Parts: sequence; structure tokens; C-alpha cells
Amino acid sequence: MEVLNSLVGAFAEMFTLFGLEVFVGGMLSGIMYSLVAIGFVLVYKSSGVFNFAQGTMLLFAALTFVSLTERQVNFWVAFAITCVVMVIMGIIIERTVMRPLANQDLLSLFMATVGVNYFLEGLAQGTWDSAVHGVELGVPTDPVFVSEIIPWLDILVSKFDGFAAAVALSLVIGLYLFFQYTRTGLSLRAVSDDHMASQAVGIPLTKIWAIVWAVTGVICFIAGLIWADRLSVSFTLTWAVLKGLPVILIGGLTSIPGCLVGGLIIGASEKLGEIFFADVFGGQGIEHWWAYLTALVFILIRPTGIFGERDIERI
Amino acid sequence: MSTTPPALAINNIEAVYGGAILALRGVSLTVNKGEVVSLLGANGAGKTTTLKACSRLLGAERGEVTKGTIELYGEDISKFNAYEIVRQGVVQVLEGRHIFSHLNVEDNLLTGSFIRNMSKAEQKRNLEHVYELFPRLTSRRKNPGGLCSGGEQQMIAVGRALMAKPSLILLDEPSMGLAPQFIEQIFEIIKRLNEEEGVSFLVSEQNAMVALRYASVGYVIENGRVVKRGSSKELLESTDVAEMYLGGGKDVSFDGVKYYHRRRPSFV
Repeated sequence: MEVLNSLVGAFAEMFTLFGLEVFVGGMLSGIMYSLVAIGFVLVYKSSGVFNFAQGTMLLFAALTFVSLTERQVNFWVAFAITCVVMVIMGIIIERTVMRPLANQDLLSLFMATVGVNYFLEGLAQGTWDSAVHGVELGVPTDPVFVSEIIPWLDILVSKFDGFAAAVALSLVIGLYLFFQYTRTGLSLRAVSDDHMASQAVGIPLTKIWAIVWAVTGVICFIAGLIWADRLSVSFTLTWAVLKGLPVILIGGLTSIPGCLVGGLIIGASEKLGEIFFADVFGGQGIEHWWAYLTALVFILIRPTGIFGERDIERI
Repeated sequence: MSTTPPALAINNIEAVYGGAILALRGVSLTVNKGEVVSLLGANGAGKTTTLKACSRLLGAERGEVTKGTIELYGEDISKFNAYEIVRQGVVQVLEGRHIFSHLNVEDNLLTGSFIRNMSKAEQKRNLEHVYELFPRLTSRRKNPGGLCSGGEQQMIAVGRALMAKPSLILLDEPSMGLAPQFIEQIFEIIKRLNEEEGVSFLVSEQNAMVALRYASVGYVIENGRVVKRGSSKELLESTDVAEMYLGGGKDVSFDGVKYYHRRRPSFV
């Protein structure tokens, strides 16, 4: 009875202005997860492989960037150099790991990405170092009242979260347009549908994969930068990626807009859970598993996620 | 013999899957420019393997040509990859159609044109040409390919190949799972493309009756070997071909056959 009472109380509290603030804040912070999820989806969509090395690629990019700026390299120069490094890395991974293993079991490909993960981890440590570095993007982190823009909405929102949201949103829109309206984008969708058929019509599979891995590398860098500003650059950064998993489960493994929506849902549910239901479920810190629980509930209802491609079958 | 090299010349090839299974053991055949050639054989005889060897798609199934040569217009293709074969103007239409099921019909067709860096206008002209050949697809433009009927999917598959402006099409079992009227329609299109645009065809078929009616030359393949070659007329008249593929052979009576399996009806 007591549990029920506190549940009801929690729900009642959720529908206040404070609840709304938590909700919006949660959604915005969830977009950070979307950034990570996009990388997963790109690789999965084009080759059917779950890229285990995503987290380390992210770390490697952030570490490269930090090491450059610490050596007094100008911010934008370092940014450009890291982008180039990540593009080259993506192409090398495709050339040396994915291409020789093309047409093999998907599990072999997955295991290969596990290998890439540990190789990159060693390479990152060897090339740079394993110390913790701080990153300052210069984006203000102080909260701002939304009521300054929308008078009746009296809630606080972090400027940094707003910045991350803008970055993620433009990435999603950009990628969506690319997939939908360019020749390469259409080829990419064809490849994700049927490897054999795309080869038969002369779509160069390897070129498409190289593009995907290069783009993934750059997206890892952007996500890495934003995460690094919040967490600082160290090996814990690779764990940020884990929060991308429930996001793609909810959004669907094959949908870029799904990453955005999945991120919003995970972020919001995580923060709402932590603030309002933590006491019911045994104290603070539930946000670490709450996201996975949310994802679990979602895939029970919709196994392919909200926007995931369902197999088309004629009856 | 003319001096121009044939569109396709296969010289005594052997093909192996996964380094172990010998699928072809001596296949030779020739497709001259502007010819429709049929490749007849039962399931597992090696028809698909032969076609995939020509389009270099064998590698995608871990197969490889271990002996013999394949030449397109006199040029050896052993160093080519699938992409370069299509560039040469040789496109395979896969068995089972292999439509991009999540792309709509028009996008499916468009993917075929990417190999030629054609202008938007030319692409559009090409597209109109395909719609003119297959009017039925016009109303389906925006439907996902996966939801089209089997016959429509075969049309998409052929149309998609045509978008690459091929000079030789390798057509793998176009009649598979299609109603007789669709089969006839597909072969009529083949005939039309052959006569009006000079496209050569190598068509693998189990439906020998239809294939021989439209092709000028036929090859019969069995256990990875070419066992017979002849003009369609000769093959239609030969008794063993008739017995094996056309039915109506003199001595075939199912009363005498001990293990005659009737195919169970399927409800799908």
C-alpha cells in the first residue's frame, strides 16, 4: 500500500512544471546518446555488422584532438586534422578488416570489430597516453530560463545540452537528406537491402563501405568531442557508447531518425525515473539500469524498434 | 566464322565453392552478338554457377573459377570484379529476382543506372523506356518493391538491368514461380529487346519449352557439364531432350516409377 501511495505521489509530482523541466532536460541530455547511436546505425545499415569498436573509435578521436590542442595547435586546425585522421582510419578498417571478410559469416565480422576495438585501444594508449585530459569546447554550461524565449514556459535548460541537441539534430537531418536524395545515399540503402543484388547492378560495395566507415569515423569524433567536454577524455569515455545501445533498440537498428527519437525517449525516461521513481525502486542511482529497462519494455512491444525496418513479406 | 569476337565465350571452365565443392567441370559456351542463347538444366546442374562465373558474382558466395577462361568481347575477365563487368555492359538478372524490397519501384530501377554516369535527363529517358516496356510498373512507381507481385518483381529486375544500358543480359530462370502469362510476357520483352536494340541474352531456364521457342541456340547442362549443344530446332526434335525437359517422351509412364513423389500442396 505504501509503495502504491508513493507511486501515485511520484506520478502526481511528475505532472508539474518541475516535472516538465526534468522531462525537457532529460530529452536534451538523451540527444548525447543519439550522437553515439548514429554511428552504430550507419555501419549496421550498410553491412549488417554491429560495430563493437565504436567506443574506442570515439575515444581515439577525442584523444587525438586533445593531444593536438595540448600541443598548442589551433582549435580548428586540430579539428580538421582529427577529421582527416578519422576518415583515414575508417578507410583502413574497411580495407584491412571488412573487405577481406566480406561474404563471411556476420558473426566473424562482429568478432573482427571486437579485435579492432582492442587494437585501437592499444594504439590510442601507445600513440598518446592514458592520462585524463580535459576538453573545453567553450560552450557555456550554465542553465538558462526558457521563459526568456517562450514567456509562459518557466523552466531551466542547460545551454550545453541545447548545443548538443542542435549538433545532433543537424547531423540527423543532414544524414537523412543524404540517404534520401543523393545517388550515394540511394546506393547505400540498396546495399543495406541486398548485397548480392547491389553487386549485380554494379554498385561498388567496397566503395560504399569505405564511405560509411569514413563517415562513421567523423561522427565518432563529433560525438567524442561533445562527450569529452562533459566527462573529460579518459577510458571511461568508451563506456559512453553503452548508452547508445538502448537508444538503437528503441529507435530501430536501421533508422537514423530513430536514433534521435530513441535518444529523446531514453534521456527523458532516465531522468524522470531517477528524480521521481528512485525512492520507489530502492534509492538513487537507478538511472544506470533504467534506460535498459525502458529499452526492454520497448522491444517486447516492438521488436524492430519504432522506425526499424520490418522485413517485408508478401502473403 | 566472323572476325569479331563473340559477346561471351566460356572456354572449358571449372568452378569450385568454398574450395571443396566442384560445381562446374567443363562448361564451354558461346553467345554471339545479337543472339539469344538458352542454358537448360535441372536444379543444381550448374546454370546459376555458370552465369555467376560470367558476372563475377561467384566470389560473393565464396566460389571461384579454377580452370578455363571467360571472355567478354574477346577480353579475359579473370581480373575483373563485379562492378567492372557491369561497366562492360554485361548485367545479370539474379534468380529469385532479388528486388531491393525496402526501396520503391522507381528507386529500384534508378540503382541500375548508377554505373553509367548519365545526366538526369538521360536517366529520365531511360526510366520512361522501362515504363514503356513494362506499363504495369508505372502505377507502382512509389510502392515498395517488396510488396509487388512476383511477376512485377521480375519486371523490376529486368528493368533495373536495362537501366545500365547493357549489351548482354545474363538472365537466370526468369520463369521461376511465375504464371504462364507472365512468363510469356517476359520472353516477349526479351525478344523485343533483342530485335529492336540488339541486346544479346544468355537465359538459363528449366522451362525448356518456352526457352527454346525464343532462343536460337540451346545448351543442355547436367552435373556441371555441357552435355548437348544445338540449335533450338534440333534440341526440340531430339528425343532425350524431349524426354528430360519437355515431357511427352515415349517411355515415361509414372505407373512404372516406384518412387514418384508428388509435391505436397503448399499453403503459402
